[in-house]
Amino acid sequence: MRRRALSVTSLIAAAALALCACSPAAPADQAKTLKVVYQKTDSFAALDDLFKSAKAEFEAANAGVTVELQPIQANDDDYGTKLALALRSASTAPDVFYEDTFKVRSDADAGYLLKLDGHLAEWKDWDTFDDAAKAAGLGDDGGTYAVPLGTDTRAIWYNKKVLAAAGVNLPWEPKTWQDILDTARKIKASDPTVVPFNMYAGKATGEGTVMQSFYELLYGTGDELYDADAKKWVVGSDGFTDSLAFLKTLYDEQLAVSPAEALDANVWKKVFGEWLPQGKMGATVEGSYSPSFWQKGGSYEWPEYGTDMGVAAFPTKDGQAPGGVSMSGGWTLAVGAGTKDPGLAFKFLGTALNQKNSLTFNIASSQIAVRGDVASDAGYQAANPFVKDVSELVSVTHYRPATADYPRISAAVQEATEAVITGAKSPEQAATDYDAAVAGIVGGDKTVRK
Amino acid sequence: MPVLPGSRPQPTPRTQAAFRRRARLLPVVPAVLLLLVFLAGPVLWAFHASFTNAALTGRNARNPGWVGLENYQRLFTDPVLPLSLGLTVLFVGGSAILGQNLLGLTIAVLMRQARKPVAAAVGTAVVAAWVLPEIVAAFAAYAYFSRDGTLNQLLGWLGLGQPDWLYAFPMVAIMLANVWRGTAFSMLVYRAALDDVPADVTEAALMDGAGAWQRLAFITLPMIRGSIATNLMLITLQTLAVFTLVWVMTAGGPSNASTTLPVLAYVEAFKFGDIGYGTAVASVLILIGAAFGAAYVRLLRQGKP
Repeated sequence: MRRRALSVTSLIAAAALALCACSPAAPADQAKTLKVVYQKTDSFAALDDLFKSAKAEFEAANAGVTVELQPIQANDDDYGTKLALALRSASTAPDVFYEDTFKVRSDADAGYLLKLDGHLAEWKDWDTFDDAAKAAGLGDDGGTYAVPLGTDTRAIWYNKKVLAAAGVNLPWEPKTWQDILDTARKIKASDPTVVPFNMYAGKATGEGTVMQSFYELLYGTGDELYDADAKKWVVGSDGFTDSLAFLKTLYDEQLAVSPAEALDANVWKKVFGEWLPQGKMGATVEGSYSPSFWQKGGSYEWPEYGTDMGVAAFPTKDGQAPGGVSMSGGWTLAVGAGTKDPGLAFKFLGTALNQKNSLTFNIASSQIAVRGDVASDAGYQAANPFVKDVSELVSVTHYRPATADYPRISAAVQEATEAVITGAKSPEQAATDYDAAVAGIVGGDKTVRK
Repeated sequence: MPVLPGSRPQPTPRTQAAFRRRARLLPVVPAVLLLLVFLAGPVLWAFHASFTNAALTGRNARNPGWVGLENYQRLFTDPVLPLSLGLTVLFVGGSAILGQNLLGLTIAVLMRQARKPVAAAVGTAVVAAWVLPEIVAAFAAYAYFSRDGTLNQLLGWLGLGQPDWLYAFPMVAIMLANVWRGTAFSMLVYRAALDDVPADVTEAALMDGAGAWQRLAFITLPMIRGSIATNLMLITLQTLAVFTLVWVMTAGGPSNASTTLPVLAYVEAFKFGDIGYGTAVASVLILIGAAFGAAYVRLLRQGKP
């Protein structure tokens, strides 16, 4: 009887021990797991490489800690959705994750992100980040919730051979919208089979439509989408209608791709993979990350891109100051608000974003560096022939108004461009409908007529 | 209450029967519980969420508030809703009730007349589309209808025009794709039903001089009426819920020209992060499905003598 009691007791003790080991209250020196969630696609493995190297480094330096990498295979939209769903529940929320800059404010508002101010104050590397980039991680309350991995700018990318064949003087530096149309018409006249100047439009290309097309136009008219001081959305501006009218001209005169091609979500793959390398497209507006597709190891390797392609700033409408327009976005790393060990999670974030890892990542994904010690690195500056050109555009760049309403507003803009290029609505009509849509989304009192 | 020996009441036949009746329900309990948790639960949650401003991100993600009928008010004044409802009806009516149903019946009838190898080949071809996982079938249909796809290559060889199907006729493309994918189900149901039609009844009609069409219209179809109603109910509900096929082929575009209700619900809830509004759309969809289901169940009851 006593032996049986003993064995029962020991069994209970063993069970209690086993339970203890996997309960959150485990002592510090026992096994710990950090869950890291990020995006990985066929054409974007740089981040995967970054986290693999950070994992090895971190696990070697912190015995007993396991970093569990959970890449999500999805496009930007679907990644955002999956991440938001995971963040809703404490049991699925990751400890460290990859977060789009334009979602930082609304996710901080939702209580998904951990405020990092205390940790950043003790992290000496933070001083090497430039101030504009630091602003990308701010929440509405002025606290910092995310640390940027890099940033980007948008510019005109043109195929020198196509432009030269049409008799355009190189380097091409359009000063006004009219210059773009003139050159595009010239290319069209010399070779009708070439797409002279493509700009995205429609809902299929999502944020690409606004970031790499519409906002370059809108912000070059002097108007804007959102009045940040008054915290109101701008409606009824001439710039909005003019921007739509410019897209209409491009598509009506067949200077861009056909509307049917524009409304295919995969159109950008053809731009990078077929039309530009094969000399079937004169120019397009794309991000500073473009070389990442063409460089060695990219998804559309094109050894001659360095000599065949040229970069120009997107001009303002009539050449008014500052003479160019660009848009910036970029991604960050953030720590989940529900993480069990904030110190450890932040420590991992610091490892992932140290000079060495940032440098490798910025080179591999053609990102514009936000750390001073990366930007000044010779290897970074020589990473591709366009680093200098696209980095200079930071001086004329704009950021999206990253409020929680933004995704809907952006969709309304995309819808307006789609209606115009398919001929469903005139630019004036599409702009009026956009105004009504904005008022419906944020309420009439949050709009301002300009 | 202590039960003393001897005072135990003898079970009367009546209580025994009641107990047995209840005990008979016991094996069903796990199934009912599972249904409640995994079927009724999400449906109720969706109804509840549609009365709140729950969101994927932003302040409302943290503290969703009760907004009453606001989502429904917005929904019924949204110009996209009538369009989306119309497209859903067109999609269900055209591709399920007419397309899959009639084509399935035709193939099933013809297969009875066809030679064995022909029937086997046709059956395999039709069922192949049904066997494919939805995502694979969707990509296959996308590849077939896309600008440089198989269909346009075939049309090119024939010297015909090559429209961009997914852009110019998105509904035609997704309806054809759904017919292609779903016909097998109707065909299988009708084959089984036709096998149950007693041969002597048909033969008697033949002796009375009924032609092939008359035999089909007055003998066969009335006799398989129950199967028709069951099949219609199943394919209607299946087609109402089709999402992957539409999402992969057109994503609801161009300009909402193929935004059926499931696509609309997804876009609102997950693309715009407005879970409250998205679940309101989903609730409308559930109600439409329930209405269809009730109508067919009535039809089935009437069919029975």
